[in-house]
Amino acid sequence: MKKTYKIEVDCAACAAKMEEAANRTNGVKEATVAFMPQKMKVEFEEGADVSAVMAEVLKNCKKVESDCEIFI
Amino acid sequence: MTKKQKKVLVRIIVSAVLVAVFSLIPVNNPYVRLALFLIPYLIIGYDILRKAVLGIVNGQVFDENFLMALATVGAIILGEYVEGTAVMLFYQIGELFQSYAVGKSRRNISALMDIRPDYANIEQDGQLEQVDPDDVEVGTVIVVQPGEKVPIDGVVVGGTSTLNTSALTGESLPREVQEGDEVISGCVNLIGLLRIETTKEFGESTVSKILDLVENSSMKKSRSENLITRFAKYYTPAVCIGALALAVLPPVVNLMMGNPAGWSQWVIRALTTLVISCPCALVISIPLSFFGGIGGASSKGVLVKGSNYLEALSETKYVVCDKTGTLTKGVFEVTHIEAAEGLDADELLEMAAYAESYSNHPISRSLKDAYGKRTGKQIDAGRVCDVEEISGHGVSAVIDGRKVSAGNAKFMKMLDIAYTVPQNIGTEVHVAVDGRYAGYILISDIVKPNAGAAIAGLKAAGVRQVVMLTGDAGNVAEAVAAELGVDVVKSELLPADKVAEVERLLASKGEKERLAFVGDGINDAPVLSRADIGIAMGALGSDAAIEAADIVLMDDDPAKIAIAMNISRKTLGIVHQNIVFALVVKFACLGLGAVGFVNMWWAIFADVGVMIIAVLNATRTLKS
Repeated sequence: MKKTYKIEVDCAACAAKMEEAANRTNGVKEATVAFMPQKMKVEFEEGADVSAVMAEVLKNCKKVESDCEIFI
Repeated sequence: MTKKQKKVLVRIIVSAVLVAVFSLIPVNNPYVRLALFLIPYLIIGYDILRKAVLGIVNGQVFDENFLMALATVGAIILGEYVEGTAVMLFYQIGELFQSYAVGKSRRNISALMDIRPDYANIEQDGQLEQVDPDDVEVGTVIVVQPGEKVPIDGVVVGGTSTLNTSALTGESLPREVQEGDEVISGCVNLIGLLRIETTKEFGESTVSKILDLVENSSMKKSRSENLITRFAKYYTPAVCIGALALAVLPPVVNLMMGNPAGWSQWVIRALTTLVISCPCALVISIPLSFFGGIGGASSKGVLVKGSNYLEALSETKYVVCDKTGTLTKGVFEVTHIEAAEGLDADELLEMAAYAESYSNHPISRSLKDAYGKRTGKQIDAGRVCDVEEISGHGVSAVIDGRKVSAGNAKFMKMLDIAYTVPQNIGTEVHVAVDGRYAGYILISDIVKPNAGAAIAGLKAAGVRQVVMLTGDAGNVAEAVAAELGVDVVKSELLPADKVAEVERLLASKGEKERLAFVGDGINDAPVLSRADIGIAMGALGSDAAIEAADIVLMDDDPAKIAIAMNISRKTLGIVHQNIVFALVVKFACLGLGAVGFVNMWWAIFADVGVMIIAVLNATRTLKS
């Protein structure tokens, strides 16, 4: 399953870090962060609990970029 | 400005004023001086320091915040209070400018692409009610008033009007619509009130599909973008380690040689290199350039599905075109009338049109159209009788009491009538009246008015070879190719042969050269996906084309291909300019900084100044 989320991030390098962090999260098959439209597209693993995975994604992103935001 | 940006601006002003005031107050006690300068320093830098500490805690040591925190704290420890605070101040000014400029161009580009309708009008009890287009079910009748956007695809069930398609195609060619016509969402209703029965849900409508495509386009990153992200990942740690070495090694060497260590001098040089080496100019300007290029293209009616395709387009050396529907209109028209002696052209056309008036074959239709256009008269069915169609040959009929035969050369041979062999290329319709040869009419597919200019434009944009593929007969194809300036023609191809032909070209081209295929998207989906870049044209209303292609031209004007190539070349040009400019300035300053020729102020220029110039340069991609 694929979902797109609106995000808030200040710089392109930070967006790249978020992308990496999201991809490391369990349950995420592939995540892409686009800085310009301020969007994150997440493809989940089969049978993953979307809201739990996204909470984890947000936590991991906050770790690498403290003032980023994902509107889940 | 957003709230966040305004807050930063206030902090910048307050701390700048404080720095200016404090540097004017003569304070001799160093501790009081430190305490005074710490106020503006913390006002401007507290968030950077916080992020730097959080970064270390979370294992993200070498980022920009860390660079800035290290450089400014180092400067303050060395007693350079003004410089330390100023570096932080300018860094924040640079960041503010960057976020403002990027936000502004982001909004500009989004506005350019903003064709999303906000509401749909539904009539209830004689009153118009605005509802969310997402809530409108298929088959609902919606009302579109003059000046409003058509929100959902549908069929006109009441009213006539003119639609402006420029938001979709980039060209303001008004289109007339009346009852029974299909309309596409995203067009603007210009004059009359329209009632439209929706045929699709909002999410499936043209406008949603296009928006989706454009918004997702920056998810597909170009090689340059990936390169820079990877570059930044290794670059920042490398710079930190280099700066550390610069701060420690020379003083240690000095000590070993028995000279004074000169710690403060080398630490300042190390801090300067840290400031210079911030990679933001590159990291921010490259995605911004691509975003601008894609936005600029979409305002011209060219949808690029990803930065990678925009990049590939600029490297295109081979363009393979389909003929029918791409370079030619795919509609048959009368191109030449040659009447035998004693007859005029209008009379000949009239005979042919009447003889063929009962047929619905494309050739007959083109004869009737040409007759209507040239003479302004309608076919009067009462003048024709005894129509007889001889399959594969032609038609004979009695018109105003004269026996007219119209058909191909075989038909004339069958009737034993001597005929003229045409000089030009096309489908021939020979006409004989009462057994005497009256002349011939040539019908052919019309070359699009911009096709020649489009191919010349492609050549000017660096395309080495333009290849035309067609299922048509050789002589027709050769004639079109010669007229347009196409380099290579392959004719009489079946759809499968087209794929094979493209495969052959792909195998023979150089590794860094790209091949683009241009088609109308109708039955060339396999070729579109096989080529490096598939370009589909005339996508207005054709979902198949939007799906299959990498670049979509919203109307069927071939000149758009050249426009798209020029935009892509300009975008890539700007990207390369920024990479070279930023790296040259930074490395030059780094080199000079390491040997002590660059002070902190130059370092600030090398960081913030270069970034501002690169961002301004990137915004040029919008204007094409």
